[in-house]
Amino acid sequence: MQGKGRAVCLPADIDTDIIIAGRYLRTKDRSIWAEHVFEDLDPSLGKNLKGAVIVAGKNFGCGSSREQAAIALKEAGVIAVVAPSFARIFFRNAINIGLPLIEADVTCTNGRQIAFDLSAGWIDTGTGKRKVARLSLHMLAILRAGGLVAYWKVKQ
Amino acid sequence: MGTLSERILGAPAGAYVDRAVNRAFVHDGTGVLTLESYRQMGAKGLFDPSRIHVIFDHIVPANNSTTATLHHELREFAVGSFLNFSDIGGGICHQCMSEGLVLPGEVVVGADSHSCTLGAFGAFATGVGATDMAAIWLTGETWFRVPETIGIRLSGRLSGAAEAKDIALSVVGRLGMDGATYKALEFIGDGTATLSMDDRLTICNLAVETGAKTGMFYADRITLSYLAGYGLTAEEQTSERPVYEQEIEIELDDIPPVVAIPPRVDSIRAVHDLTGLALDQVFVGTCTNGRYSDLSRFARIVRGKKVAIRTIIVPASRSVLAEAIRTGVLADLVAAGCTIGTPGCGPCLGAHMGVLGEGEVCLSTANRNFRNRMGVGGEIYIGSVATAAASALEGEITEPEAPDAG
Ligand code: SF4
Repeated sequence: MQGKGRAVCLPADIDTDIIIAGRYLRTKDRSIWAEHVFEDLDPSLGKNLKGAVIVAGKNFGCGSSREQAAIALKEAGVIAVVAPSFARIFFRNAINIGLPLIEADVTCTNGRQIAFDLSAGWIDTGTGKRKVARLSLHMLAILRAGGLVAYWKVKQ
Repeated sequence: MGTLSERILGAPAGAYVDRAVNRAFVHDGTGVLTLESYRQMGAKGLFDPSRIHVIFDHIVPANNSTTATLHHELREFAVGSFLNFSDIGGGICHQCMSEGLVLPGEVVVGADSHSCTLGAFGAFATGVGATDMAAIWLTGETWFRVPETIGIRLSGRLSGAAEAKDIALSVVGRLGMDGATYKALEFIGDGTATLSMDDRLTICNLAVETGAKTGMFYADRITLSYLAGYGLTAEEQTSERPVYEQEIEIELDDIPPVVAIPPRVDSIRAVHDLTGLALDQVFVGTCTNGRYSDLSRFARIVRGKKVAIRTIIVPASRSVLAEAIRTGVLADLVAAGCTIGTPGCGPCLGAHMGVLGEGEVCLSTANRNFRNRMGVGGEIYIGSVATAAASALEGEITEPEAPDAG
Protein backbone atom coordinates (compact mmCIF):
# COMPACT_ATOMS: atom_id res chain seq x y z
CA MET A 1 0.00 0.00 0.00
CA GLN A 2 1.80 3.06 -1.25
CA GLY A 3 0.92 6.72 -1.03
CA LYS A 4 2.37 10.18 -1.21
CA GLY A 5 1.47 13.73 -0.33
CA ARG A 6 2.62 17.12 0.81
CA ALA A 7 3.77 17.53 4.41
CA VAL A 8 1.71 19.59 6.84
CA CYS A 9 3.55 19.94 10.17
CA LEU A 10 1.75 19.87 13.51
CA PRO A 11 2.95 19.85 17.14
CA ALA A 12 2.75 17.08 19.76
CA ASP A 13 -0.34 16.07 21.80
CA ILE A 14 -2.92 17.07 19.20
CA ASP A 15 -6.20 16.08 20.88
CA THR A 16 -9.40 15.03 19.15
CA ASP A 17 -11.27 18.05 20.56
CA ILE A 18 -8.92 20.29 18.58
CA ILE A 19 -9.30 18.14 15.45
CA ILE A 20 -13.08 18.44 15.56
CA ALA A 21 -14.81 20.35 18.34
CA GLY A 22 -17.64 18.80 20.37
CA ARG A 23 -20.09 21.37 19.02
CA TYR A 24 -19.94 19.83 15.54
CA LEU A 25 -20.47 16.21 16.50
CA ARG A 26 -24.24 16.07 16.43
CA THR A 27 -24.72 15.29 12.77
CA LYS A 28 -24.20 12.49 10.30
CA ASP A 29 -23.11 14.90 7.58
CA ARG A 30 -19.42 14.13 7.13
CA SER A 31 -18.78 17.28 5.11
CA ILE A 32 -19.45 19.33 8.27
CA TRP A 33 -16.55 17.62 10.04
CA ALA A 34 -14.23 18.26 7.10
CA GLU A 35 -15.38 21.87 6.97
CA HIS A 36 -14.59 22.54 10.64
CA VAL A 37 -11.50 20.36 11.05
CA PHE A 38 -8.81 22.06 13.19
CA GLU A 39 -11.00 25.16 13.38
CA ASP A 40 -9.91 26.00 16.95
CA LEU A 41 -6.24 25.49 16.13
CA ASP A 42 -6.05 27.39 12.85
CA PRO A 43 -9.20 28.07 10.80
CA SER A 44 -7.22 28.18 7.54
CA LEU A 45 -5.65 24.76 8.08
CA GLY A 46 -8.66 22.70 6.95
CA LYS A 47 -8.49 24.04 3.38
CA ASN A 48 -4.85 23.06 3.19
CA LEU A 49 -5.34 19.35 3.85
CA LYS A 50 -6.22 18.05 0.40
CA GLY A 51 -3.44 15.66 -0.55
CA ALA A 52 -1.62 16.31 2.72
CA VAL A 53 0.43 13.95 4.82
CA ILE A 54 0.20 15.27 8.37
CA VAL A 55 3.50 15.00 10.23
CA ALA A 56 2.92 15.55 13.93
CA GLY A 57 4.64 15.20 17.27
CA LYS A 58 3.97 12.39 19.73
CA ASN A 59 0.58 11.32 21.11
CA PHE A 60 -1.48 12.39 18.08
CA GLY A 61 -5.24 11.99 18.57
CA CYS A 62 -5.33 11.89 22.36
CA GLY A 63 -8.47 12.51 24.36
CA SER A 64 -12.01 11.73 23.29
CA SER A 65 -12.81 8.53 21.40
CA ARG A 66 -14.77 10.47 18.77
CA GLU A 67 -14.30 8.69 15.46
CA GLN A 68 -15.39 11.92 13.79
CA ALA A 69 -11.81 13.17 14.29
CA ALA A 70 -10.34 10.52 12.03
CA ILE A 71 -13.23 10.89 9.57
CA ALA A 72 -12.78 14.68 9.48
CA LEU A 73 -9.14 14.28 8.45
CA LYS A 74 -9.97 11.74 5.78
CA GLU A 75 -12.88 13.77 4.42
CA ALA A 76 -10.66 16.87 4.30
CA GLY A 77 -8.32 14.95 2.01
CA VAL A 78 -5.53 13.83 4.34
CA ILE A 79 -3.59 10.94 2.76
CA ALA A 80 -1.90 9.69 5.95
CA VAL A 81 -0.72 10.82 9.38
CA VAL A 82 2.87 10.34 10.54
CA ALA A 83 3.74 10.67 14.24
CA PRO A 84 6.13 9.05 16.75
CA SER A 85 3.09 7.74 18.67
CA PHE A 86 -0.70 7.84 18.47
CA ALA A 87 -3.35 7.68 21.16
CA ARG A 88 -4.64 4.13 20.98
CA ILE A 89 -8.33 4.74 20.29
CA PHE A 90 -7.46 7.22 17.53
CA PHE A 91 -5.12 4.59 16.12
CA ARG A 92 -7.90 1.99 15.92
CA ASN A 93 -10.40 4.52 14.59
CA ALA A 94 -8.11 5.71 11.81
CA ILE A 95 -7.43 2.18 10.58
CA ASN A 96 -11.12 1.32 10.88
CA ILE A 97 -12.16 4.19 8.64
CA GLY A 98 -9.30 3.60 6.22
CA LEU A 99 -6.91 6.41 7.11
CA PRO A 100 -3.30 5.17 7.03
CA LEU A 101 -1.06 5.91 10.03
CA ILE A 102 2.70 5.65 10.18
CA GLU A 103 4.52 5.48 13.49
CA ALA A 104 7.75 7.36 12.87
CA ASP A 105 9.70 10.26 14.29
CA VAL A 106 10.63 12.39 11.28
CA THR A 107 11.60 16.02 10.94
CA CYS A 108 8.97 17.97 9.12
CA THR A 109 9.22 20.72 6.53
CA ASN A 110 5.90 22.15 5.42
CA GLY A 111 5.12 21.42 1.80
CA ARG A 112 7.82 18.84 1.24
CA GLN A 113 6.81 15.67 -0.60
CA ILE A 114 6.45 12.54 1.54
CA ALA A 115 6.11 9.03 0.15
CA PHE A 116 5.39 5.82 2.04
CA ASP A 117 4.68 2.14 1.65
CA LEU A 118 2.69 0.58 4.44
CA SER A 119 3.09 -3.05 3.42
CA ALA A 120 6.81 -2.77 2.84
CA GLY A 121 7.24 -0.55 5.88
CA TRP A 122 9.12 2.53 4.70
CA ILE A 123 8.75 6.30 4.54
CA ASP A 124 10.66 8.80 2.40
CA THR A 125 10.65 12.45 3.39
CA GLY A 126 12.97 13.44 0.58
CA THR A 127 16.15 12.04 2.04
CA GLY A 128 15.72 8.44 0.95
CA LYS A 129 13.69 5.50 2.18
CA ARG A 130 13.66 4.87 5.91
CA LYS A 131 12.33 1.77 7.60
CA VAL A 132 9.32 2.11 9.86
CA ALA A 133 7.38 -0.38 11.95
CA ARG A 134 4.91 -2.28 9.80
CA LEU A 135 1.25 -2.46 10.70
CA SER A 136 -0.07 -5.88 11.71
CA LEU A 137 -1.44 -8.02 8.88
CA HIS A 138 -4.91 -7.64 10.33
CA MET A 139 -4.67 -3.84 10.21
CA LEU A 140 -3.25 -3.90 6.70
CA ALA A 141 -6.15 -6.07 5.60
CA ILE A 142 -8.63 -3.58 7.06
CA LEU A 143 -6.86 -0.65 5.39
CA ARG A 144 -6.67 -2.44 2.09
CA ALA A 145 -10.40 -3.09 2.19
CA GLY A 146 -10.90 0.64 2.77
CA GLY A 147 -11.90 0.32 6.40
CA LEU A 148 -13.66 -2.02 8.81
CA VAL A 149 -17.12 -1.58 7.29
CA ALA A 150 -15.95 -2.74 3.88
CA TYR A 151 -13.80 -5.43 5.48
CA TRP A 152 -16.81 -6.93 7.27
CA LYS A 153 -19.05 -6.64 4.26
CA VAL A 154 -16.63 -8.85 2.37
CA LYS A 155 -15.98 -11.18 5.30
CA GLN A 156 -19.65 -11.94 5.79
CA MET B 1 2.45 -14.75 37.14
CA GLY B 2 0.77 -12.29 34.89
CA THR B 3 -0.61 -8.82 35.31
CA LEU B 4 -4.38 -8.49 35.59
CA SER B 5 -4.60 -7.61 31.89
CA GLU B 6 -2.55 -10.65 30.93
CA ARG B 7 -4.64 -12.92 33.12
CA ILE B 8 -7.97 -11.63 31.82
CA LEU B 9 -6.91 -11.56 28.17
CA GLY B 10 -5.08 -14.86 28.58
CA ALA B 11 -1.87 -13.94 26.78
CA PRO B 12 1.41 -12.19 27.51
CA ALA B 13 1.98 -8.48 26.92
CA GLY B 14 2.56 -7.68 23.27
CA ALA B 15 0.37 -10.50 21.93
CA TYR B 16 -2.60 -9.72 19.66
CA VAL B 17 -5.71 -11.61 20.70
CA ASP B 18 -9.36 -11.82 19.65
CA ARG B 19 -11.58 -11.84 22.71
CA ALA B 20 -15.27 -12.10 23.41
CA VAL B 21 -16.65 -9.18 25.38
CA ASN B 22 -18.95 -9.50 28.38
CA ARG B 23 -20.50 -6.04 28.00
CA ALA B 24 -20.51 -3.47 25.24
CA PHE B 25 -21.94 0.02 25.60
CA VAL B 26 -22.38 3.16 23.53
CA HIS B 27 -23.82 6.57 24.34
CA ASP B 28 -25.90 8.97 22.29
CA GLY B 29 -22.74 10.55 20.87
CA THR B 30 -20.93 7.46 19.63
CA GLY B 31 -24.06 5.33 19.22
CA VAL B 32 -25.27 7.22 16.17
CA LEU B 33 -22.08 6.47 14.23
CA THR B 34 -22.01 2.91 15.56
CA LEU B 35 -25.50 2.30 14.25
CA GLU B 36 -24.57 3.79 10.89
CA SER B 37 -21.48 1.59 10.57
CA TYR B 38 -23.45 -1.45 11.78
CA ARG B 39 -26.06 -0.87 9.07
CA GLN B 40 -23.40 -0.35 6.43
CA MET B 41 -21.85 -3.66 7.46
CA GLY B 42 -25.11 -5.29 6.53
CA ALA B 43 -26.74 -5.38 9.98
CA LYS B 44 -26.98 -9.15 9.89
CA GLY B 45 -27.92 -9.52 13.56
CA LEU B 46 -26.63 -8.49 16.96
CA PHE B 47 -24.44 -10.94 18.83
CA ASP B 48 -26.43 -10.77 22.07
CA PRO B 49 -28.79 -7.87 22.79
CA SER B 50 -28.70 -8.59 26.52
CA ARG B 51 -25.00 -7.64 26.62
CA ILE B 52 -25.36 -4.44 24.60
CA HIS B 53 -26.19 -1.17 26.35
CA VAL B 54 -27.26 2.11 24.79
CA ILE B 55 -27.07 4.94 27.31
CA PHE B 56 -28.14 8.50 26.53
CA ASP B 57 -25.91 10.88 28.48
CA HIS B 58 -23.97 13.30 26.28
CA ILE B 59 -26.61 15.79 25.20
CA VAL B 60 -29.62 15.18 27.40
CA PRO B 61 -32.31 16.34 27.03
CA ALA B 62 -31.69 17.12 23.35
CA ASN B 63 -30.48 20.70 22.83
CA ASN B 64 -31.97 21.18 19.36
CA SER B 65 -33.97 19.33 16.76
CA THR B 66 -30.92 17.89 14.99
CA THR B 67 -29.85 16.15 18.19
CA ALA B 68 -33.43 15.15 18.91
CA THR B 69 -33.73 13.50 15.50
CA LEU B 70 -30.48 11.58 16.00
CA HIS B 71 -31.67 10.54 19.47
CA HIS B 72 -34.97 9.44 18.05
CA GLU B 73 -33.38 7.17 15.47
CA LEU B 74 -31.01 5.51 17.95
CA ARG B 75 -33.75 5.17 20.58
CA GLU B 76 -36.07 3.45 18.10
CA PHE B 77 -33.31 1.05 17.16
CA ALA B 78 -32.28 0.31 20.76
CA VAL B 79 -35.82 -0.32 21.93
CA GLY B 80 -36.82 -2.20 18.77
CA SER B 81 -33.78 -4.46 19.00
CA PHE B 82 -34.31 -5.18 22.72
CA LEU B 83 -30.98 -3.69 23.75
CA ASN B 84 -30.56 -2.44 27.32
CA PHE B 85 -31.62 1.14 26.86
CA SER B 86 -31.18 4.00 29.31
CA ASP B 87 -32.97 7.13 28.12
CA ILE B 88 -32.23 10.76 29.08
CA GLY B 89 -31.75 11.32 32.79
CA GLY B 90 -30.65 7.75 33.51
CA GLY B 91 -27.07 8.89 33.83
CA ILE B 92 -23.56 8.79 32.38
CA CYS B 93 -22.70 5.51 30.66
CA HIS B 94 -19.71 4.72 32.90
CA GLN B 95 -21.69 5.45 36.03
CA CYS B 96 -24.68 3.37 34.89
CA MET B 97 -22.36 0.47 34.11
CA SER B 98 -20.72 0.81 37.52
CA GLU B 99 -24.08 0.35 39.21
CA GLY B 100 -24.01 -3.43 39.22
CA LEU B 101 -23.28 -4.28 35.59
CA VAL B 102 -19.57 -5.04 35.65
CA LEU B 103 -17.82 -7.87 37.49
CA PRO B 104 -14.16 -8.58 38.22
CA GLY B 105 -12.37 -10.46 35.46
CA GLU B 106 -14.79 -9.42 32.71
CA VAL B 107 -13.90 -7.84 29.38
CA VAL B 108 -15.87 -4.62 28.95
CA VAL B 109 -15.78 -2.26 25.99
CA GLY B 110 -17.42 1.12 25.70
CA ALA B 111 -17.54 3.49 22.77
CA ASP B 112 -16.11 6.23 24.93
CA SER B 113 -12.55 6.92 26.00
CA HIS B 114 -13.34 6.92 29.72
CA SER B 115 -14.50 3.29 29.65
CA CYS B 116 -11.29 2.59 31.55
CA THR B 117 -13.25 3.80 34.62
CA LEU B 118 -14.69 0.31 35.04
CA GLY B 119 -11.24 -1.17 35.54
CA ALA B 120 -11.89 -0.18 39.15
CA PHE B 121 -13.71 -3.53 39.47
CA GLY B 122 -10.73 -5.56 38.31
CA ALA B 123 -12.29 -5.88 34.85
CA PHE B 124 -10.40 -5.28 31.62
CA ALA B 125 -12.37 -2.25 30.51
CA THR B 126 -11.37 -0.03 27.64
CA GLY B 127 -12.65 2.42 25.06
CA VAL B 128 -13.13 1.74 21.37
CA GLY B 129 -14.39 3.82 18.47
CA ALA B 130 -17.79 3.65 16.83
CA THR B 131 -16.89 1.40 13.91
CA ASP B 132 -14.99 -0.96 16.20
CA MET B 133 -18.16 -1.12 18.28
CA ALA B 134 -20.29 -1.86 15.21
CA ALA B 135 -18.16 -4.93 14.54
CA ILE B 136 -18.56 -5.92 18.20
CA TRP B 137 -22.34 -5.61 17.93
CA LEU B 138 -22.10 -7.98 15.00
CA THR B 139 -19.67 -10.56 16.37
CA GLY B 140 -19.41 -10.11 20.14
CA GLU B 141 -15.66 -9.94 19.97
CA THR B 142 -12.79 -7.69 19.06
CA TRP B 143 -9.01 -7.69 18.89
CA PHE B 144 -6.71 -6.38 21.59
CA ARG B 145 -3.01 -5.95 21.89
CA VAL B 146 -2.30 -7.21 25.42
CA PRO B 147 -0.79 -4.16 27.11
CA GLU B 148 2.40 -3.84 29.08
CA THR B 149 1.56 -2.71 32.60
CA ILE B 150 2.82 0.08 34.79
CA GLY B 151 2.42 -0.74 38.48
CA ILE B 152 1.40 2.22 40.61
CA ARG B 153 2.14 1.41 44.22
CA LEU B 154 0.05 3.44 46.62
CA SER B 155 1.13 3.53 50.23
CA GLY B 156 -0.23 5.16 53.36
CA ARG B 157 -3.51 7.06 53.32
CA LEU B 158 -4.74 10.46 52.22
CA SER B 159 -4.44 13.25 54.73
CA GLY B 160 -5.87 16.74 55.13
CA ALA B 161 -8.32 17.84 52.45
CA ALA B 162 -6.86 15.70 49.65
CA GLU B 163 -9.15 13.20 47.95
CA ALA B 164 -9.05 10.49 45.29
CA LYS B 165 -9.15 13.11 42.52
CA ASP B 166 -5.89 14.54 43.82
CA ILE B 167 -4.32 11.08 43.57
CA ALA B 168 -5.62 10.70 40.03
CA LEU B 169 -4.31 14.11 38.95
CA SER B 170 -0.97 13.44 40.63
CA VAL B 171 -0.63 10.19 38.68
CA VAL B 172 -1.39 12.03 35.42
CA GLY B 173 1.17 14.68 36.38
CA ARG B 174 3.80 12.03 37.07
CA LEU B 175 3.22 10.04 33.89
CA GLY B 176 2.32 12.87 31.51
CA MET B 177 -0.37 12.88 28.83
CA ASP B 178 1.24 10.03 26.90
CA GLY B 179 3.30 8.34 29.61
CA ALA B 180 1.23 5.17 29.43
CA THR B 181 0.15 5.11 25.78
CA TYR B 182 -0.86 1.55 24.72
CA LYS B 183 -0.25 0.38 28.32
CA ALA B 184 -2.33 -0.52 31.37
CA LEU B 185 -2.05 0.93 34.85
CA GLU B 186 -2.39 -1.40 37.82
CA PHE B 187 -2.95 0.21 41.21
CA ILE B 188 -1.39 -1.84 43.97
CA GLY B 189 0.00 -1.51 47.46
CA ASP B 190 -1.44 -1.17 50.96
CA GLY B 191 -2.87 2.26 50.14
CA THR B 192 -5.51 0.68 47.90
CA ALA B 193 -7.31 -0.74 50.95
CA THR B 194 -8.00 2.82 52.14
CA LEU B 195 -9.86 3.69 48.94
CA SER B 196 -13.60 3.22 48.45
CA MET B 197 -15.12 2.02 45.19
CA ASP B 198 -16.03 5.62 44.36
CA ASP B 199 -12.39 6.63 44.91
CA ARG B 200 -11.18 3.83 42.66
CA LEU B 201 -13.64 4.77 39.91
CA THR B 202 -12.34 8.34 40.03
CA ILE B 203 -8.73 7.18 39.82
CA CYS B 204 -9.31 4.70 36.98
CA ASN B 205 -11.34 7.33 35.13
CA LEU B 206 -8.25 9.46 34.60
CA ALA B 207 -6.10 6.54 33.39
CA VAL B 208 -6.85 7.45 29.78
CA GLU B 209 -5.44 10.94 30.37
CA THR B 210 -2.02 9.25 30.51
CA GLY B 211 -2.82 7.46 27.25
CA ALA B 212 -3.44 4.19 29.11
CA LYS B 213 -5.69 1.49 27.70
CA THR B 214 -7.13 0.90 31.13
CA GLY B 215 -6.53 1.47 34.83
CA MET B 216 -7.22 -1.40 37.22
CA PHE B 217 -7.60 -2.24 40.87
CA TYR B 218 -7.62 -5.82 42.15
CA ALA B 219 -11.07 -6.84 43.37
CA ASP B 220 -10.89 -7.06 47.15
CA ARG B 221 -13.29 -7.01 50.06
CA ILE B 222 -14.28 -3.43 49.30
CA THR B 223 -15.18 -4.39 45.71
CA LEU B 224 -17.12 -7.42 46.87
CA SER B 225 -19.16 -5.56 49.44
CA TYR B 226 -19.97 -2.84 46.87
CA LEU B 227 -21.16 -5.49 44.42
CA ALA B 228 -23.12 -7.22 47.18
CA GLY B 229 -25.11 -3.98 47.43
CA TYR B 230 -26.38 -4.81 43.91
CA GLY B 231 -27.02 -8.43 44.82
CA LEU B 232 -23.93 -9.64 42.97
CA THR B 233 -21.30 -12.07 44.10
CA ALA B 234 -17.73 -12.27 42.87
CA GLU B 235 -14.35 -13.49 43.99
CA GLU B 236 -11.38 -11.50 45.19
CA GLN B 237 -8.39 -11.25 42.87
CA THR B 238 -5.01 -11.74 44.39
CA SER B 239 -1.85 -10.39 42.88
CA GLU B 240 0.55 -12.94 41.42
CA ARG B 241 3.30 -10.38 41.95
CA PRO B 242 3.87 -9.82 38.25
CA VAL B 243 6.87 -8.05 36.88
CA TYR B 244 5.82 -4.58 35.79
CA GLU B 245 7.35 -2.73 32.92
CA GLN B 246 7.79 0.16 35.28
CA GLU B 247 6.77 0.78 38.87
CA ILE B 248 5.86 4.10 40.41
CA GLU B 249 5.59 4.76 44.13
CA ILE B 250 3.02 7.20 45.43
CA GLU B 251 2.89 8.14 49.08
CA LEU B 252 -0.73 9.08 49.68
CA ASP B 253 0.02 11.11 52.82
CA ASP B 254 2.16 13.50 50.75
CA ILE B 255 -0.51 14.38 48.20
CA PRO B 256 -1.93 17.91 48.60
CA PRO B 257 -5.06 19.21 46.89
CA VAL B 258 -3.99 19.92 43.29
CA VAL B 259 -5.40 21.37 40.09
CA ALA B 260 -4.61 20.82 36.42
CA ILE B 261 -3.91 24.04 34.59
CA PRO B 262 -5.39 24.60 31.13
CA PRO B 263 -4.92 23.41 28.48
CA ARG B 264 -3.10 20.31 29.76
CA VAL B 265 -4.37 17.80 32.24
CA ASP B 266 -0.80 16.85 33.09
CA SER B 267 0.27 20.31 34.22
CA ILE B 268 -0.41 19.86 37.90
CA ARG B 269 0.08 22.47 40.60
CA ALA B 270 -0.82 22.59 44.28
CA VAL B 271 -4.09 24.47 44.84
CA HIS B 272 -2.11 26.56 47.31
CA ASP B 273 -0.04 28.07 44.47
CA LEU B 274 -3.12 29.27 42.61
CA THR B 275 -5.12 30.65 45.48
CA GLY B 276 -7.03 33.78 44.51
CA LEU B 277 -7.35 33.04 40.79
CA ALA B 278 -10.76 34.49 39.82
CA LEU B 279 -13.44 32.10 38.56
CA ASP B 280 -16.68 32.58 36.63
CA GLN B 281 -18.14 29.11 37.06
CA VAL B 282 -17.79 25.97 39.14
CA PHE B 283 -18.95 22.67 37.69
CA VAL B 284 -19.31 19.52 39.76
CA GLY B 285 -20.24 16.26 38.10
CA THR B 286 -19.11 13.98 35.23
CA CYS B 287 -17.96 10.38 35.14
CA THR B 288 -15.02 11.48 37.30
CA ASN B 289 -16.76 13.13 40.23
CA GLY B 290 -20.53 13.11 39.94
CA ARG B 291 -21.29 10.30 42.41
CA TYR B 292 -23.35 10.53 45.55
CA SER B 293 -20.28 10.71 47.78
CA ASP B 294 -19.06 13.67 45.72
CA LEU B 295 -22.35 15.56 45.96
CA SER B 296 -22.58 14.89 49.66
CA ARG B 297 -18.99 16.06 50.27
CA PHE B 298 -19.72 19.24 48.35
CA ALA B 299 -22.91 19.79 50.32
CA ARG B 300 -21.13 19.32 53.63
CA ILE B 301 -18.79 22.19 52.76
CA VAL B 302 -21.38 24.65 51.39
CA ARG B 303 -24.21 23.79 53.81
CA GLY B 304 -25.67 26.91 55.42
CA LYS B 305 -23.57 29.18 53.17
CA LYS B 306 -24.02 30.70 49.71
CA VAL B 307 -21.91 30.11 46.63
CA ALA B 308 -20.38 33.32 45.27
CA ILE B 309 -20.46 32.40 41.57
CA ARG B 310 -22.61 30.30 39.28
CA THR B 311 -22.25 26.71 40.36
CA ILE B 312 -23.61 23.86 38.29
CA ILE B 313 -24.04 20.42 39.83
CA VAL B 314 -24.91 17.46 37.66
CA PRO B 315 -25.50 14.08 39.32
CA ALA B 316 -23.82 11.25 37.43
CA SER B 317 -26.96 9.12 37.42
CA ARG B 318 -30.59 8.93 38.42
CA SER B 319 -29.69 6.78 41.44
CA VAL B 320 -27.20 9.41 42.55
CA LEU B 321 -29.90 12.06 42.24
CA ALA B 322 -32.43 9.89 44.07
CA GLU B 323 -30.01 9.28 46.93
CA ALA B 324 -29.23 13.01 47.16
CA ILE B 325 -32.95 13.72 47.38
CA ARG B 326 -33.49 11.04 50.00
CA THR B 327 -30.73 12.25 52.30
CA GLY B 328 -31.41 15.97 51.94
CA VAL B 329 -28.11 16.65 50.14
CA LEU B 330 -29.99 18.06 47.17
CA ALA B 331 -31.91 20.50 49.35
CA ASP B 332 -28.65 21.72 50.88
CA LEU B 333 -27.14 22.27 47.44
CA VAL B 334 -30.15 24.22 46.20
CA ALA B 335 -30.29 26.28 49.40
CA ALA B 336 -26.63 27.19 48.90
CA GLY B 337 -27.49 28.61 45.49
CA CYS B 338 -26.31 25.78 43.23
CA THR B 339 -27.98 24.97 39.91
CA ILE B 340 -28.85 21.31 39.38
CA GLY B 341 -28.71 19.69 35.93
CA THR B 342 -30.17 16.53 34.41
CA PRO B 343 -28.12 13.42 35.25
CA GLY B 344 -25.64 13.01 32.40
CA CYS B 345 -22.48 14.63 31.12
CA GLY B 346 -23.83 18.17 31.47
CA PRO B 347 -21.47 20.86 30.19
CA CYS B 348 -18.39 18.56 30.29
CA LEU B 349 -18.07 18.33 26.51
CA GLY B 350 -19.12 21.88 25.75
CA ALA B 351 -22.30 21.01 23.92
CA HIS B 352 -24.91 22.66 26.13
CA MET B 353 -26.00 23.66 29.62
CA GLY B 354 -23.07 25.51 31.12
CA VAL B 355 -20.91 26.28 28.08
CA LEU B 356 -18.25 28.90 28.83
CA GLY B 357 -18.03 32.28 27.15
CA GLU B 358 -14.94 33.92 25.69
CA GLY B 359 -12.42 34.62 28.44
CA GLU B 360 -14.40 32.82 31.16
CA VAL B 361 -12.72 30.56 33.67
CA CYS B 362 -14.27 27.42 35.16
CA LEU B 363 -13.15 25.15 37.94
CA SER B 364 -14.46 21.72 37.00
CA THR B 365 -14.32 18.29 38.63
CA ALA B 366 -14.13 16.65 35.19
CA ASN B 367 -11.12 15.07 33.54
CA ARG B 368 -10.20 17.22 30.53
CA ASN B 369 -9.21 20.83 30.14
CA PHE B 370 -8.31 20.93 26.45
CA ARG B 371 -8.53 24.28 24.75
CA ASN B 372 -12.15 25.30 23.99
CA ARG B 373 -13.57 22.01 25.32
CA MET B 374 -16.30 23.69 27.36
CA GLY B 375 -16.77 26.61 24.97
CA VAL B 376 -14.67 28.72 22.63
CA GLY B 377 -12.27 30.95 24.55
CA GLY B 378 -13.12 29.45 27.95
CA GLU B 379 -10.50 28.03 30.30
CA ILE B 380 -10.91 24.94 32.49
CA TYR B 381 -9.05 24.22 35.71
CA ILE B 382 -9.57 20.64 36.90
CA GLY B 383 -9.73 19.93 40.61
CA SER B 384 -11.31 17.89 43.38
CA VAL B 385 -14.80 18.21 44.82
CA ALA B 386 -13.49 19.81 48.02
CA THR B 387 -11.47 22.33 46.02
CA ALA B 388 -14.55 23.05 43.90
CA ALA B 389 -16.69 23.63 47.00
CA ALA B 390 -14.20 25.91 48.75
CA SER B 391 -13.69 27.82 45.49
CA ALA B 392 -17.42 28.16 44.79
CA LEU B 393 -17.89 29.87 48.15
CA GLU B 394 -15.13 32.40 47.45
CA GLY B 395 -15.52 32.85 43.69
CA GLU B 396 -11.82 32.18 43.27
CA ILE B 397 -9.51 29.20 43.54
CA THR B 398 -9.40 28.39 47.23
CA GLU B 399 -7.66 25.71 49.23
CA PRO B 400 -10.13 23.34 50.86
CA GLU B 401 -9.98 22.75 54.59
CA ALA B 402 -9.44 19.31 56.05
CA PRO B 403 -12.81 17.77 56.97
CA ASP B 404 -13.59 17.87 60.73
CA ALA B 405 -10.04 18.74 61.71
CA GLY B 406 -9.36 17.21 65.10
S1 SF4 C 1 -18.90 13.12 31.71
FE1 SF4 C 1 -17.51 14.11 30.28
S2 SF4 C 1 -15.73 12.79 30.19
FE2 SF4 C 1 -17.38 11.60 31.15
S3 SF4 C 1 -18.35 10.46 29.47
FE3 SF4 C 1 -19.46 12.40 29.70
S4 SF4 C 1 -18.48 13.84 28.28
FE4 SF4 C 1 -17.09 12.11 28.56
